[in-house]
Amino acid sequence: MHEFTDAFATALRLIGTLDPDLVEIVGLSLRVSLSAVLAAALIGLPLGAALAAFRFPGRRVVVVALNAMMGLPPVVVGLVIYLLLSRSGPLGTLGLLFTPTAMIIAQAVLITPIVAALTRQTVEDLLVEYDDLLRVLGTGPLATIATLLAEARISLATTVLAGFGRASAEVGAVMIVGGNIDHVTRVMTTAIALETSKGDLPLALGLGLILIVLSLAVNAAVSLIRDAAHRAYV
Amino acid sequence: MLRRALIVALFGAVALAALPGPAPAADRFITVASTTSTEDSGLFRYLLPLFTAKSGIEVRVVSKGTGQAIDMARRGDADVLLVHHKPSEEKFVAEGYGVKRLPVMYNDFVVVGPKGDPAAVRGMKDVSKALARIAGAKAPFVSRGDDSGTHKAEQALWKAAGIDPAAAPGGWYKALGQGMGATLNAAAAMDAYTVADRGTWLSFKNRAALDVVVEGDQRLFNQYGVILANPQKFPHTKAAEGQAFIDWLVSADGQKAIADFKINGDRLFFPNANEPGA
Repeated sequence: MHEFTDAFATALRLIGTLDPDLVEIVGLSLRVSLSAVLAAALIGLPLGAALAAFRFPGRRVVVVALNAMMGLPPVVVGLVIYLLLSRSGPLGTLGLLFTPTAMIIAQAVLITPIVAALTRQTVEDLLVEYDDLLRVLGTGPLATIATLLAEARISLATTVLAGFGRASAEVGAVMIVGGNIDHVTRVMTTAIALETSKGDLPLALGLGLILIVLSLAVNAAVSLIRDAAHRAYV
Repeated sequence: MLRRALIVALFGAVALAALPGPAPAADRFITVASTTSTEDSGLFRYLLPLFTAKSGIEVRVVSKGTGQAIDMARRGDADVLLVHHKPSEEKFVAEGYGVKRLPVMYNDFVVVGPKGDPAAVRGMKDVSKALARIAGAKAPFVSRGDDSGTHKAEQALWKAAGIDPAAAPGGWYKALGQGMGATLNAAAAMDAYTVADRGTWLSFKNRAALDVVVEGDQRLFNQYGVILANPQKFPHTKAAEGQAFIDWLVSADGQKAIADFKINGDRLFFPNANEPGA
């Protein structure tokens, strides 16, 4: 059980001394996951809203498929993207393998379905209230999506946070497409996997603690913004 | 007003994070596919900055098991291959994927086991006989099981003892499909025997009740070789920089750097680039 106290002490030491390796790894983790979340939000939010608002043949199949894709195994996504980006793969000439960009792509693929599926559900619930009003006003399709997303923005914040949580916690995809290269593609989760592999369990646990604190900080920041938003309303 | 400002600030922060970071100082870099034993032992962390300081070339190492590293090189995703299974390396060159195989350094494998030593193999000099005794006692044994250099070496030892451990009844033999460190973690937790390379073992921090039980047999010799990816097969290969790295590794400077790498006074890898037939 001494591993837990050692881990706590290690985490405090790393943070307190602003260990340069730690700062580098945390910076890269945030950059990769936040970029992936941004991409996922740009695609997933309008996609989810459109799916909720419009009727078309095969809609139910798309909804079910999207929901299922929330459970995409990260290691499989990593493998597929590795094969696509590999030099002997179709996108090999881009030279993206083993770069942070590849990691952002992989994480975006993983969390876009989550953002889209949850947005669809949120907006569908909203439509119960807004459907008639939008019809009466004769709102065009783009304006409909924009209006619905704007109205649901506070609930959608949680959706985006769910995406961020999934992205920053996964290790399978970024390990395969990033290669866990020291100073280049090593993020929190792959660093934890490496330290575990070296038998340095207190350090691995310490990094894990820091990752959790990081996630808490991001969520706290969003919550504060939400509170400010609420107060501005009232 | 405040709300709007805060939301803009949040999006601004996210957008800033999404920007590519400052361009790396060394735009010249090579990708090396290597094994977990060279990475987990800390050798690369020590060695590579020395080469980069001298040449200005950054070395990016992707570490996997030997089998996976070779597969990665076969796809053209590596400029240089540094692994430890001579037959596979020679096959790689013979098939035209690599230019030439050069020996770099060696160390040895050891059998580690629980201090209680249920199969009573401690101190044995014949490793295959020791493995036979472990099989006979049905003592727990974990294997890398991942087509790595270490795994292939372990399989050769079982074969020399005339035993097929995967087919043996009793469930005492467990193939994990993991790197050396993860396998050692499992052996420590299960009080099991395993074959490890000395480099990873010396730098491994979670030994629990494990200790070296068999060492010194000639068949435990572990040679590392380095190969440049064939630029004729893979035109995008950074052949000049890759060759510079290989040249440095086998040069007096590189060999001395390898010899200087120690943990607690123990040398992990022994340079032997000049040994004929290595």
